[in-house]
Amino acid sequence: MAAPVPPPAPPAKAGGLVAWIYKRLPVEEFIRDQATGYYAPKNFNIWYFFGSLALVVLVLQLATGIFLTMFYKPGEATSFDSVEFIMREVQWGWLIRYMHSTGASVFFIVVYLHMFRSLLYGSYKAPRELLWLIGMLVYLALMAEAFFGYVLPWGNMSFWGAQVIVNLFGTIPVIGPGLVLWIRGDYGIADATLGRFFALHVAAVPLAILLLVVLHLVALRHAGSNNPDGIEIKERVGADGHPLDGIPFHPYYTVKDVVGIGVMLVMLAIVVFFVPSFGGLFLEAPNFEPANPLSTPEHIAPVWYFTPYYAILRAVPDQRLGALLMFLAVALFVFLPWLDRSPVKSMRYRGILSRGALAMFAVCFVVLGYLGLQPAEGLYVILARIFAVGYFAYFILMPWYSRIDKVKPVPERVVFHEHE
Amino acid sequence: MNMNRRALIVACVLASGVAAAATEPAPGAGADWMTWRAGDDVTNLASLQRGARNFMGYCLGCHSLKYERYSRLGIDLGLTPEELQQYLIPPGDKPADYILTTMPAGDAATWFGKTPPDLSLMARARGSDYLYQFLKTFYVDPSKPTGADNLRLPVTAMPAVLSELEGLKRAVFKDAQETSADGKSMTVHVFDHFEQIAPGRMSAEQYDAFVHDTVNFLDYVGEPTQAERRALGIWVVLFLLVFTWLAWLLKQQYWKDVH
Amino acid sequence: MAGDGVIGDNPVDTSRRVFLTSATVATGAIGVGFALVPFISSWMPSERARAFGAPTELDISKIDPGQMVIVFWRKQPIFVVRRTPAMLATLAGHDDRLKDPKSENSDQPPYAKNVQRARNPEYLVLIGVCTHLGCMPKARFEAALPELGADWPGGFFCPCHGSRFDLSGRVFDGSPASVNLRVPPYAYPNDHTLVIGINDVNQKGAA
Repeated sequence: MAAPVPPPAPPAKAGGLVAWIYKRLPVEEFIRDQATGYYAPKNFNIWYFFGSLALVVLVLQLATGIFLTMFYKPGEATSFDSVEFIMREVQWGWLIRYMHSTGASVFFIVVYLHMFRSLLYGSYKAPRELLWLIGMLVYLALMAEAFFGYVLPWGNMSFWGAQVIVNLFGTIPVIGPGLVLWIRGDYGIADATLGRFFALHVAAVPLAILLLVVLHLVALRHAGSNNPDGIEIKERVGADGHPLDGIPFHPYYTVKDVVGIGVMLVMLAIVVFFVPSFGGLFLEAPNFEPANPLSTPEHIAPVWYFTPYYAILRAVPDQRLGALLMFLAVALFVFLPWLDRSPVKSMRYRGILSRGALAMFAVCFVVLGYLGLQPAEGLYVILARIFAVGYFAYFILMPWYSRIDKVKPVPERVVFHEHE
Repeated sequence: MNMNRRALIVACVLASGVAAAATEPAPGAGADWMTWRAGDDVTNLASLQRGARNFMGYCLGCHSLKYERYSRLGIDLGLTPEELQQYLIPPGDKPADYILTTMPAGDAATWFGKTPPDLSLMARARGSDYLYQFLKTFYVDPSKPTGADNLRLPVTAMPAVLSELEGLKRAVFKDAQETSADGKSMTVHVFDHFEQIAPGRMSAEQYDAFVHDTVNFLDYVGEPTQAERRALGIWVVLFLLVFTWLAWLLKQQYWKDVH
Repeated sequence: MAGDGVIGDNPVDTSRRVFLTSATVATGAIGVGFALVPFISSWMPSERARAFGAPTELDISKIDPGQMVIVFWRKQPIFVVRRTPAMLATLAGHDDRLKDPKSENSDQPPYAKNVQRARNPEYLVLIGVCTHLGCMPKARFEAALPELGADWPGGFFCPCHGSRFDLSGRVFDGSPASVNLRVPPYAYPNDHTLVIGINDVNQKGAA
């Protein structure tokens, strides 16, 4: 038998087994292409942690979610009790539950910051439009997942939140009422609704998220990462064929991301162990009472990560128009790659108009979020209208201000300050 | 007037003055009820034990704690099985049982108009401040079916079951002017202060301590694992800080290479 | 890994790098170990399961002579048989047909390691789970039943694979089961009460 060509440098200890695997699975090529041989820009800053953090939170939610499913019993009569059973009688159940509820909020914090990075540095612009779109699909799936998940404890806010949101679909012309009946499976939010939301939350949507995240990573690796200067590092390649401004992802970014993960875990632990309800933002007080179709909570509000859109919904005096604008508020993100007419990717080199618009958008988003938590009356409604206009202006006026904006010259090489 | 008689009159005057001071509330007593805080005392085992005893004596008649077991209570409150059995477990119940009221729910709904809710999670759903204020703002109101009403939860279906301890008090309202949402001026009844009508078995301080302990107990029942949670949290956060610090040093080591 | 001076080489720092890598990985591994504890422990019986695992009480004065009652303890069926003197008499004389006549290899509390396999010979308390593969044996107390043979003294018969046990739960030769039916811990706080799950009337928790 001809001597097989040995694979380059497998670890000495497990040489035989590793070599055997390398021959049968493309592990080696994968490590080379995705880790040690994938060159990422060396000027990543703090905004570039959030992708890997989102991946970690996804794993956390899957693990805690699977274990919760072992003890949770879906059903109008059993859901609420089973959650308390987990909290009090399952060994360590309280910790698994709190990790899952905190993880859901942390997921959105991380994802919003991750998306904001893209707005800051133009990461949605060519050739990364599809990467952005896939990311938007991940975001949509995540919102669906969070919505279904929130109904499962069958607390009073679970019930009424589901009631309000599902009713929104009734505003769609012609098919609306039939659609609502079909979604609910009953004449009101009921056992049928809970059962299907459970299946979607536990199986269908996580599978979709996993698939989309894989596609997202594939698209990223194919185009290569953007960076805070918005320069395409592949355009300047060194003698060895690697980008001049690139460094191997492994070990440099693996080691850096571990630090980011550590910091996130510290903050996660502080919340889980000391303020799991986070003042009613992560676990809402009305949800500690069982669902009661005869008693609406004083203020129905979705969890904080939906409140910017909820504020927009309530700002409009017409129910149908409000629902439409709310959907539009999410949908506009999809069009960013084509709304943005700037020749320059990164805010670092854009002018005052683009920077001002983005700053205004960020402020509007946060303020709308706050307003969505307040009762829809008086000054709150007026403010919501004003800030909703600002929110939409960012998108709708972008083709104009991004084009006429005065840009600064983009450097040839990335701006890098040596790390201490 | 001889000295003894004079002394006696002075003593009586003083005594009546003191008695008057005891029964007459300070001006505006209770006006600040919305600012009353329950305080966070959930690690005070003695308070929790008293609160548990209070609950079994005054609340279990109508309200259940259906997610909590007596045995769990015993362990968390540091009671021996004998103490638990003697002081907290009603006859006929076993330690492993859930804490359930014997009042039939259907009958309760008929008698009170509402089934007395289970209180396991009430401290989490409404907050302990709410519960504290609720138990301290009952007042006599002959126009209500129970003969009483409450400032924290107006038109509550719950009778003033603790009036035996707190005594009876009356709520004095005054008229005030308010501007409504559409700019019209209206007269509203606003709570001004309480007036004690009859004393209870406890002094004001004793009753306050009673409510504090009971609310504290309900806070514990809302989340029995909270003490364990906080205690463990310190170690977890410390460990993660150490890990992050090591990871940071490692990162610095590698990144020295990057220019 | 060099690319136009992007990455330098500092051999002097390698040992510190190795040390830090090991330290970080080790700490991380310890952390992962700790993190696994809640998940794995969550599979242990919950408070509810343990509460139901608490000792079971039974009023034995209601059992007729020759009658068997089945109760549950820790999710397992417990056979309680009130044996007549005739039934007790059948226990002698077939030691040569038993695999473990003195219960040396079988599982029972010390007070049940006798011919009657019980504290009080009148009452037999057994875990009704066949020691072969776990089916529930059936009571066949009548002697010389046609399907069991003329020399059948009375006892238990397991329908799954044919194991046979006498009126003390001792296994016969020829059975797939190799040890006698198990005896749970139990005690008599008084004449008419049997408590299954404790060895001693003063013991609170389950054995």
